[in-house]
Amino acid sequence: MSQLEDRVQFMHPVPEGASAQVETTEEIRVTTPEKICGMGHRMKRKEDSRFIRGKGNYVDDVKLPGMLYMDIVRSPYAHAKILDIDASEALATPGVVAVITGKDLEAAGGLHWMPTLMSDTQMVLPIDKVVYFAQEVCAVVATDRYTAADAVEKVFVDYEPLPAVVDPFEAMKDEVIVRDDKEEKTNHIWHWEAGDKEATDQVFAEAATVVREKMHIPRIHVASIETCGMVANYNPATEKMQLYMTTQAPHAIRTVFALVSGLPEQKIQVISPDIGGGFGGKVPVYPGYVICAVASLVTGKPVKWIEDRSENLQADSFARDYHIEAEMAADANGKITGLRVKTLADNGAADAAANPSKFPAGLYSICTGSYDMKAAHVEVDGVYTTKPPGGVAYRCSFRVTEAVHMIERMADIMAHELGEDPADFRMKNFIQPEQFPYKSPTSWEYDSGNYPAALQKAMDMIDYPALRREQEEKRARGELMGIGISSFTEVVGAGNSRDFDILGINMFDSAEIRIHPTGKAIARFGTKSQGQGHETTYAQIVAEELGIPAQDIEVEEGDTDTAPYGLGTYASRSTPTAGAAAAMAARKIKAKARKIAAHLLEVGEDDLEWNVDRWQVKGSPDQHKTIQDIAFAAYTNHPYGMEAGLEATDYYDPPNMTFPFGSYIAVVDVDKGTGNVRVRRFVAVDDCGNIINPMIVEGQVHGGLTQGLAPALYEEIVYDENGQNLSGTFADYLLPTAVESPKWETGHTITPSPHHPLGAKGVGESPTVGAPPAIANAVVDALWHLGVRHIDIPITPERVWKALREAGVND
Amino acid sequence: MSKHTITVTVNGEEVTHEVDARTLLVHFIRENLSLTGTHIGCDTTSCGACTVHLDGTAVKSCTVFAVQADGGSVDTVEGMAAGPELHPLQEGFWEKHGLQCGYCTPGMLMAAQELLEHNPDPTEEEIRWGISGNLCRCTGYNKIVEAIQYAAEKMRESREEAAV
Repeated sequence: MSQLEDRVQFMHPVPEGASAQVETTEEIRVTTPEKICGMGHRMKRKEDSRFIRGKGNYVDDVKLPGMLYMDIVRSPYAHAKILDIDASEALATPGVVAVITGKDLEAAGGLHWMPTLMSDTQMVLPIDKVVYFAQEVCAVVATDRYTAADAVEKVFVDYEPLPAVVDPFEAMKDEVIVRDDKEEKTNHIWHWEAGDKEATDQVFAEAATVVREKMHIPRIHVASIETCGMVANYNPATEKMQLYMTTQAPHAIRTVFALVSGLPEQKIQVISPDIGGGFGGKVPVYPGYVICAVASLVTGKPVKWIEDRSENLQADSFARDYHIEAEMAADANGKITGLRVKTLADNGAADAAANPSKFPAGLYSICTGSYDMKAAHVEVDGVYTTKPPGGVAYRCSFRVTEAVHMIERMADIMAHELGEDPADFRMKNFIQPEQFPYKSPTSWEYDSGNYPAALQKAMDMIDYPALRREQEEKRARGELMGIGISSFTEVVGAGNSRDFDILGINMFDSAEIRIHPTGKAIARFGTKSQGQGHETTYAQIVAEELGIPAQDIEVEEGDTDTAPYGLGTYASRSTPTAGAAAAMAARKIKAKARKIAAHLLEVGEDDLEWNVDRWQVKGSPDQHKTIQDIAFAAYTNHPYGMEAGLEATDYYDPPNMTFPFGSYIAVVDVDKGTGNVRVRRFVAVDDCGNIINPMIVEGQVHGGLTQGLAPALYEEIVYDENGQNLSGTFADYLLPTAVESPKWETGHTITPSPHHPLGAKGVGESPTVGAPPAIANAVVDALWHLGVRHIDIPITPERVWKALREAGVND
Repeated sequence: MSKHTITVTVNGEEVTHEVDARTLLVHFIRENLSLTGTHIGCDTTSCGACTVHLDGTAVKSCTVFAVQADGGSVDTVEGMAAGPELHPLQEGFWEKHGLQCGYCTPGMLMAAQELLEHNPDPTEEEIRWGISGNLCRCTGYNKIVEAIQYAAEKMRESREEAAV
């Protein structure tokens, strides 16, 4: 795999109207009155009206006449040969319509294998062997879900167990080959590097201080409260395949389905209705979706497949699993000079990671974080194990979470090693505001940032000096209290299209706005909200640009027959891409509106200026036409020679990623006796550039913080040595409740993106990325004086208790 | 599989249906009655998305059989609002941004309603414990707590007005 290409040379032109001003402020920009509700207003969400009444429409709510139900027979072994599948008893059960096996899919045109997002292959249904526990073995279709579940028990599969390989370091020895379907008999998938090895080695040779640490970012699960599912509705008369599907990327999925199945793309309609949380888990195509679509093709009837929670926690939607060895170098002044990282990526039985094609380790090379340093070198090796495919970006922009955890832990270890306060150490090592745009040692160009301002604000909000005094007093009394900082930088909003794609489809995104004659509008997008509030925020963007009240703008996404093509919602990309497209499409409409206004007012276009919701004659604001006047004229009195109507579409290909950032401070109390960690306070200062809806941003941050607390303290998918999943229910895989989740304290600074048309950046994932190292740093900060340097997440009471015991406490 | 004819008062309306002995209450509500506001999030009584009231008590309807509701009353999220007028909790969740994807919301609303019936003036701590049987993956709970505080306040005010 090649070096990361130097993307900085290639930049699309920055759009007109992009924010030239990148000074940091705290004031949220509001330019429209309340009744228009453009950007900056705390507008109540338009989508909530249906949700609070129980009138949402999720995939499992879809009920079609004559609908059948599908259930899946799953493997009890992590690795086994399939000798025989006997479905005769299941097929003889009243109500059972069909049993679909790998051989059936093979006969249907080789559908027993499918491509993954990383251009690897994955079994849809196996013929010869299974390679992970809970793998789909065959599917039963019946008249109702109870009968289907009964029939699953009546399918007899004869297995010959093979040895499992669960540990990726063992897998690298190639003693057990997971993918013997491949020509090369090895578990090693790829090797990938970024940065300058030679320069980095040089920096380390000259370093005054070097710290090293091994850490594991374990396999975790997105656990959206809605599991995955589909209703496939193939109509033999029209040859149209409707797929109601829990997907974050309906358009890309339609194209993939067309390519894999051979069905013509215009005959496939993917509908992503209301989605009950996605967090990256609903980006990939899992075998169940493909089998469900085939079941509908085979039976000619609608077929519903809904995973139950155990299936969901055992078979799909897994993230992380990086084994990291990191080294950081510093000079005699405590200035970071370099970073050297080696990582083993446990992909499971297929490389199905949700990354752009060129990035097998995602955006992990952002790992120099918020710190200015001379050199860095990162190596990652991907390996197969007998576990379900992983690599979903759990509320994360393609591995940035792993990168941030590593760099923020290393910064803290270095600070402690040098005897410096972790806040002072960060302030000294930050990329400074005047260094932006900043080119990182691994070739990223950070668009804008002001790291000292964000950290200072967090320190002021929490009264950092008082906390350090309190800690000292408590330590003198033998109590364990820790303060942890994380000053993270994210990289979100893929593309540009040269560097970022999904299976060759470029990562732009789109908006289509149509203004109706009465001045109301409909706006459609290529993204798909799973709770982010797009129906509100996109309407606010259009309201900001055109002055049409946000209440008068209907936002639609998720139906590939009506929405413009886009790559979907994940990796915090909706505001950077589709949000930008909304602004650009609105500006095209505004330009046409100007011509119509000039015609109506009988003046030249140059004589007009825009004012919130109208074109007015310069120096004579009484002479004006509102957007509503203009919309009516566009259909009733448009200039001769001009096309009627008022609508525009924009496919926005961003010039660069956006780089949101923030500083978080966690305060923890550690119970010496039990090892229990309690997060007492947590202050989060986020900077996502200009804010569209402050209420929604707060909600995104709160939710992301709880999803950062989760892997820091509670969540891990655990396998035994046979590859059995020991975390297959919510009784074993612990999601934080309202009791574990502290009262989050949030604040913001605003440093606009210089290349985004609204000066905005993504925000949804920053807290999930930034919170875990703040908590881990706080725990280690509480224990450092006892000789504890590092504890892997999740920091369970057992792990803390063991660390305390090794440190000689609690003998 | 034995069949049973059950009669249940659902959101104030009496319905009679034939169900299998093993039919879960949540499937009866969602599939027989087409009230899809009650959601399914797990199969271990852990997540609370399926919370409804059975004879005035919040239950997780994924682990109650439909036949257990025979002769009783079931209230779901669809019955919360009085016509076009929202329940103070629904209003609170909307005002305070107490929901994002909306999937846990019906269960949260039902759990919160029971909490406020037993404890009209809960502390933040009591609210957090009161909804600790319900998982939300989106909100981080801050704004759900605020939504319930909003509703408690509003319900207190209307009680005081009614008392005057």
